[in-house]
Amino acid sequence: MTFWAFIADFFVNVGAWLNDLLLGWGLTPFWATLILRVLGGLILATIPLLATLFFIWYARKIVARIQDRIGPNNSGVFNGPYGLLQSFADAIKILTKELIIPEGADVVIFVLAPVLMVAMSLAVWAVLPFGPSGMQGVDLNIGIFYILAISSASLFTMLMGGWSSRNKYADVGAFRAASLLISYEIPQMLSLLAPVMLAGTLSMQGLIQAQSVPFFIALPIPALIFFLAITAEIGRLPFELAEADAEIVAGYQTEYSGMMFGAFYLGEFINNFTVALIFVMLFWSGWRGPGVEAVPILGIFWLMLKTMIVVTVLFAFWAAMPRMRIDHILNFNWKFLTPLALVTVVVIAIADRLIRDAGITSAWGQAGLLFLTNVLIALGTYGLLYLAGKRQQRRLAARRFATLNLTSPEGENAG
Amino acid sequence: MVSEYAYIGIFLLIALFFGAAPIVLAWLLSPKKLSARKQQIYESGIKTFGETWIRFKPQFYLFAIAFLVFDVEAALLLPWAIAYRQLPLYAVLEAVIFLLLLVAGLVYVWLKGDLEWM
Repeated sequence: MTFWAFIADFFVNVGAWLNDLLLGWGLTPFWATLILRVLGGLILATIPLLATLFFIWYARKIVARIQDRIGPNNSGVFNGPYGLLQSFADAIKILTKELIIPEGADVVIFVLAPVLMVAMSLAVWAVLPFGPSGMQGVDLNIGIFYILAISSASLFTMLMGGWSSRNKYADVGAFRAASLLISYEIPQMLSLLAPVMLAGTLSMQGLIQAQSVPFFIALPIPALIFFLAITAEIGRLPFELAEADAEIVAGYQTEYSGMMFGAFYLGEFINNFTVALIFVMLFWSGWRGPGVEAVPILGIFWLMLKTMIVVTVLFAFWAAMPRMRIDHILNFNWKFLTPLALVTVVVIAIADRLIRDAGITSAWGQAGLLFLTNVLIALGTYGLLYLAGKRQQRRLAARRFATLNLTSPEGENAG
Repeated sequence: MVSEYAYIGIFLLIALFFGAAPIVLAWLLSPKKLSARKQQIYESGIKTFGETWIRFKPQFYLFAIAFLVFDVEAALLLPWAIAYRQLPLYAVLEAVIFLLLLVAGLVYVWLKGDLEWM
């Protein structure tokens, strides 16, 4: 095997080499596999932790640029060029800060909440594929279902943290987080059905293999709904309810200090990265791109390129969006996104069936017709919203007219 | 199959370790100078007033119940979505009717006014 062939499929080749080495030391295949699995898991779980340090710096830079500041830029001995190592310095500093547990708090749950937050946000990474084969923890045949189940567990950590700290702000924040997250799980789930329907599998690798045409083209409306739902799931503006600093200090994190707060922050940024990855894998064809068949390691490059675009948009939202009120957010979900997602699933199910019954087999032909279906749904939605808006305007005008007549000149004339 | 879920188990243990490690490390490194004042519950500078663990707004509860309908549906719709490509047209329409039943649930909650935030 030449050097370049070794590099082209680096992770698979290193795995095979290590396996041979361990077997050569006289271990049974069971132990060799176990050691490899644990090693692989340790490396896989370290990636999001290190990536978080980068993403914190990246988020600060983007927010700063939008606000006409420079952001972390100290090129001192420790912070590195452009302040790249600022997050490392912060991480080391936060380790030496005192952990304060407020009086009256439920200590066990209070300490367990941040631990579980990080653990649950890391656990999703077990099934994310980063390349054609081998570059994945494990390809579960229920991959996306596992992700749904685990990612909704972060809600429980918020509830645990908020309830156990016996602080009123934290309490309110926890309840808000709960209502927001469960509400937005519905459109997320419904918009997920469309790609699963087209791919016919729940495995993450299978979903990517099915996207010779990215699902973003065939299913733009489910993709947009999914994007809004994940924005809400990570509590990013404009859906920032749980940590609305202008109203409830820091929501469920109010009583946390030192590394326990750091763990919540860490979990939040890992979630941010993870949902962007999931979005790219479901709708933007994941690791697929030119040259991946020949050089599998390129898959990581394409995946990260697409993910960085999504992450950048999410961080730009952070700086550029206002915060919506809780009733607006919930109304937007229950009265707009959920019905729209339901209608989209129904229409796409029937349209796709009819398209294939009509005998159109080319992937681009099917995708194009589905795209047209989506455009029709969008136009219909716009029309309905336009009519509803007109009706609302008429009702307001009528009310204004009525109040005008009540208080108008008659009173003055009589006087 | 079993080994796949064994890997998930191993990975969950690793994830828990990575979650706990920084907090244990911080507990070892950080100063421990507790005082009564430091441990007070934060409430914008005043002493906390009244009980925190009270009965909360029922609105949150209503939304949770409405969510439950759709959560059950998730368990039933995912198998249908996987099999969708092999299904004949009438099976697709049957699932559509099932979805419409769900819509009826949503419409009922909406008309009852439970989606209004009071």
